Amino acid sequence: MAEIVFYLLAVAAVGSAVLCISQKNPIPSALWLVSTMFALAGIYVLLNAQFIAAMQVLVYAGAVMVLFLFVIMLLNLGRDDQTDIKKGPVVLVAVLLGAGIVAALIATRDTSVAGLAARLGGSNPAASPLDLMGGGEVQSVAAFNNAIGSIAKPMFQTYLVPFELTSVLLLAAAVGAVVLAKRKL
Amino acid sequence: MLLGPSLVLSAILFSIGVVGVMIRRNAIVLFMCVELMLNAVNLSFVALSTAHGFGGQVMVFFVMTVAAAEAAVGLAIILAIFRHTKSVDLKNINLLQG
Repeated sequence: MAEIVFYLLAVAAVGSAVLCISQKNPIPSALWLVSTMFALAGIYVLLNAQFIAAMQVLVYAGAVMVLFLFVIMLLNLGRDDQTDIKKGPVVLVAVLLGAGIVAALIATRDTSVAGLAARLGGSNPAASPLDLMGGGEVQSVAAFNNAIGSIAKPMFQTYLVPFELTSVLLLAAAVGAVVLAKRKL
Repeated sequence: MLLGPSLVLSAILFSIGVVGVMIRRNAIVLFMCVELMLNAVNLSFVALSTAHGFGGQVMVFFVMTVAAAEAAVGLAIILAIFRHTKSVDLKNINLLQG
């Protein structure tokens, strides 16, 4: 059952992504990207990451894409009749490169814990990525805590300093965006 | 058990983003393709976190924060460029070309 839903969502995500990069008007392009993000949110739920799915819908499909649509409409870009998609051999080269990237990524993927440990730690698989990433047995832990509690624990213990630094980053980005978009300082 | 298919989907979405960056000239659509690539990486983080612990999900949270900051600053830069050149087409943005 979960597999069927996964493959439906995966087809929706890939189809929307292809439509996103092939629309000549940027507004439908942005809306197809929103569709991709919703499909990805569904996949996150299937992967037991309910909090991330909610954040995906709120932050990405909501805030970020509204910002994109706002700028597109502010600059009045949706009215051009000519397309900005390049013509000629560059498209073929791009598609071939994309296929190459897919092939390389699929050929080198290794989903086992031992394989990842061997890549990270060399000879000692006992120093496993479970120590590095602070967890393991996600489903049982998620069932013991609730969906938010299980992600809040590493975020506010192991990753407390990076978490605080992101607030500085957001402040810098907000100030920078205002300074860049202002006509005169 | 969805880990392998999720990683394949992530690779496909990432390369669609790469193709988009290569074939488009509209700066805003280019930004959207970068967002698509960030989403693909997020998917592989979440998929691997089902096997390797919750750190991957925390990392997705950070990626989302950085993506939001990047979108805000990038769109402000596009606004400033649009004021100069009256266009967001990358072929008109060639100030550094010799």
